[in-house]
Amino acid sequence: MKLSALPQSYLNRRSNSFRSPGPLDSSSDSAVKSPATIFWLILHGLCCLISLVLGFRFSRLVFFFLFSTSSTNFYTAPFRSTAELAKTLDVHSVLSTKPVSNLELPLLNKTATNSRVVVGRHGIRIRPWPHPNPIEVMKAHKIIERVQKEQRLQFGVKDPSTIIVVTPTYVRTFQALHLTGVMHSLMLVPYDVVWILVEAGGISNETASLIAKSGLKTIHVGFNQRMPNSWDERNKLESKMRLRALRIVREKKLDGIVMFADDSNMHSMELFDEIQNVKWFGAVSVGILATLANTDESADQKKDKEENPRMPIQGPACNVSNMLAGWHTFNTLPFAGKSAVYIDDRATVLPRKLEWSGFVFNSRLLWKDGGDKPEWIKDIDMLHGDIESPLGLVKDPSVVEPLGSCGRQVLLWWLRVEARADSKFPPRWIIDPPLDITVPSKRTPWPDAPPELPANDKPVMGIQEPIVKHTTKTRTSRSKRRSKRKHETRTDTQASTRHSEQN
Amino acid sequence: MEIWKWVLFGILFLSAFVVKIEAFKLGRSQPTERISGSAGDVLEDDPVGRLKVFVYELPSKYNKKILQKDQRCLNHMFAAEIYMHRFLLSSPVRTLNPEEADWFYTPVYTTCDLTPNGLPLPFKSPRMMRSAIQLISSNWPYWNRTEGADHFFLVPHDFGACFHYQEEKAIERGILPLLQRATLVQTFGQRNHVCLKEGSITIPPYAPPQKMQTHLIPEKTPRSIFVYFRGLFYDVGNDPEGGYYARGARAAVWENFKDNPLFDISTEHPTTYYEDMQRAVFCLCPLGWAPWSPRLVEAVIFGCIPVIIADDIVLPFADAIPWEEIGVFVDEKDVPNLDTILTSIPPEVILRKQRLLANPSMKQAMLFPQPAQPGDAFHQVLNGLARKLPHDKSVYLKPGERVLNWTAGPVGDLKPW
Repeated sequence: MKLSALPQSYLNRRSNSFRSPGPLDSSSDSAVKSPATIFWLILHGLCCLISLVLGFRFSRLVFFFLFSTSSTNFYTAPFRSTAELAKTLDVHSVLSTKPVSNLELPLLNKTATNSRVVVGRHGIRIRPWPHPNPIEVMKAHKIIERVQKEQRLQFGVKDPSTIIVVTPTYVRTFQALHLTGVMHSLMLVPYDVVWILVEAGGISNETASLIAKSGLKTIHVGFNQRMPNSWDERNKLESKMRLRALRIVREKKLDGIVMFADDSNMHSMELFDEIQNVKWFGAVSVGILATLANTDESADQKKDKEENPRMPIQGPACNVSNMLAGWHTFNTLPFAGKSAVYIDDRATVLPRKLEWSGFVFNSRLLWKDGGDKPEWIKDIDMLHGDIESPLGLVKDPSVVEPLGSCGRQVLLWWLRVEARADSKFPPRWIIDPPLDITVPSKRTPWPDAPPELPANDKPVMGIQEPIVKHTTKTRTSRSKRRSKRKHETRTDTQASTRHSEQN
Repeated sequence: MEIWKWVLFGILFLSAFVVKIEAFKLGRSQPTERISGSAGDVLEDDPVGRLKVFVYELPSKYNKKILQKDQRCLNHMFAAEIYMHRFLLSSPVRTLNPEEADWFYTPVYTTCDLTPNGLPLPFKSPRMMRSAIQLISSNWPYWNRTEGADHFFLVPHDFGACFHYQEEKAIERGILPLLQRATLVQTFGQRNHVCLKEGSITIPPYAPPQKMQTHLIPEKTPRSIFVYFRGLFYDVGNDPEGGYYARGARAAVWENFKDNPLFDISTEHPTTYYEDMQRAVFCLCPLGWAPWSPRLVEAVIFGCIPVIIADDIVLPFADAIPWEEIGVFVDEKDVPNLDTILTSIPPEVILRKQRLLANPSMKQAMLFPQPAQPGDAFHQVLNGLARKLPHDKSVYLKPGERVLNWTAGPVGDLKPW
């Protein structure tokens, strides 16, 4: 009804998808300029001028208002049935096409008769809630997992061996941080893992509770000495602890590939794939993340070096024919005299010449009875004293296999970061029972908002010191602060003045 | 005749095992499945001996001179016409004796008139084609013998022999009247469309094989992207409001899935495009202004399952390759539910599709390598032509019988080129 005012071409356009179009040849003789053509040309020109003045195409607005009963917003139309959508499609196409171009459109009936695909403007279908569905996301992740499993079966390591991980650890503030990192890496490894944890100071509940959630096969042994405070002593003790773990491997006749994962190192997943390639004794490149603590020094260094300072690497060095030619070790000269001695020194912690974590070997090398062991391996029980690195186990260092495309790939990173020796932390990092006094911090991110005050009359204070379970300490600081404040009432004006005092 | 064909076929089939080793070195030790389409297990057929092709010697203004004017024609997605010509010139199926030829090829490069941007202009192509046909019909008797029914032409442009990039105009023009009886080898394919003739051979668009070869990554790299797509969603230059370009399908993909972490879709042009495709499980191949796209070829080469969003599309070599088993077809109206559709595919089906894609003969069939290798797209075209043999007796016209109307079509086409 409303559309009867428009030329025939609109009707034809609209009827395309419903019924076979009638004879439209009259309008297809576009060579002859009929009065209707001229009329629409003039109207089109007028509309263009108006749009130029207004700054936007107003034709859609006009049609929108004309047909406001039958159509809703173009882009966010809810998902409708096909019939309705077809109707609106045509209405939308009427809305958006320019008047003159419709003269060519009646010829589209050629396709409309045979194909269900219509040329012209279509609606953009958007579903009512165009956001991810968590169930679909989980299904997709399952599919990806299955695909990756298949890839691993076909292109990955055939017959993967168990990985025996040796980690020396002890209870301290940052143990949770470091050990959780290693634990999560090991949980992601697609092969069987046996984790041997040697703990200085004996088995503790802290460590046990941390690793209980891993789901890995763990062997948790204690070592009777406590961890000393200097880095030298600590390194020596760690070597002893690792030898203890190797003795366990020998006793239990564990079969697999032994690697050393120190709890503050960072491992990439490719490392675990690469060490499957070891035959007897291999070495990987370790990136050393030691930086200079003193910023002046680093600025000087930057001026000296033309290129970017590169990360030092410890590991095997190969010659042109990809044979082991030597070792890259850490250059300690720039750090002479400035390195950390005690665990809580602020200076840089240096690695030793060759870190344990850069070596992997087949566990059969440790087994007692000869079998097919090569003759260049020393027996653990025959060692006099301690060894500084696993190279002490081999008589001839040239038999070591370089891994990770001959040491060019850095597969793990070494870093030593520890908190102060006297720093305290809540046992198992659980605050239990919950603190009965809670205090907003002195500087909140929202300086103008009134602090959220509890319903009871307890005064509030800032938590600045490390959390301690004793409430006596808080009480003393509370009394200190009480002297600063005059009142304890909690009106809003008081709050704002308190803030202004504190800030 | 039939028995000899079968014997030859058997011998060739056995020799196909030897042939497989020299194939394009992509599929390594992955278990694959044999591909057999509606015409049977024909991907590895050898066309040599099954047909003879005569190549007309046209003056170089139809082919070489055009190429000299713009060398970009060798690298764009329509380069198949040039490489097919070069392949046929040195192929064993070529015969210099036109009397024994089964098929006749006219080397005219209609898609080589490029704009500064590199897009081909089809406005002179009808005249060029017409002029070429006039030449061959006047210099050789073979055109008039059948009015082109045993001739084939390569028309790799957007809408094939309709010679226009805009679908409405292409439909309006229809296929060039002079080509009505010839076999058309084209990239465009859509069922019940004016521009797809019965008996046409659909080929994949040209994708540079060496470039793709250099971007291969180790096959053990885990596929961690679920759906991948790079390209336009709205063609702001030609269709700013949307709804015209790609029939609104690409815009629908964007609007529904732009914040979905499973869909890695954007309009960027990353340098790691090929590497990313090898890390994806599904690659979207939606229609653009025309339903076909080189993304299909790239997805097949890189082992990413193609998700084809184009209603009624006819994919390359549809009789030799069972596309339904290899890719996922989604109707344009189902695009808002794309995530549901893709996640509801059982993992076994997905693994099977990946195995089919890993088949080296599948990858080989999508490529136009230089020099030609067994099983590649050139050979698939010849296989398709061979499957149409022998010509029906009705193809040969009685003397004096005329079917084609040489003056049909828009007036502009009749001007000499």
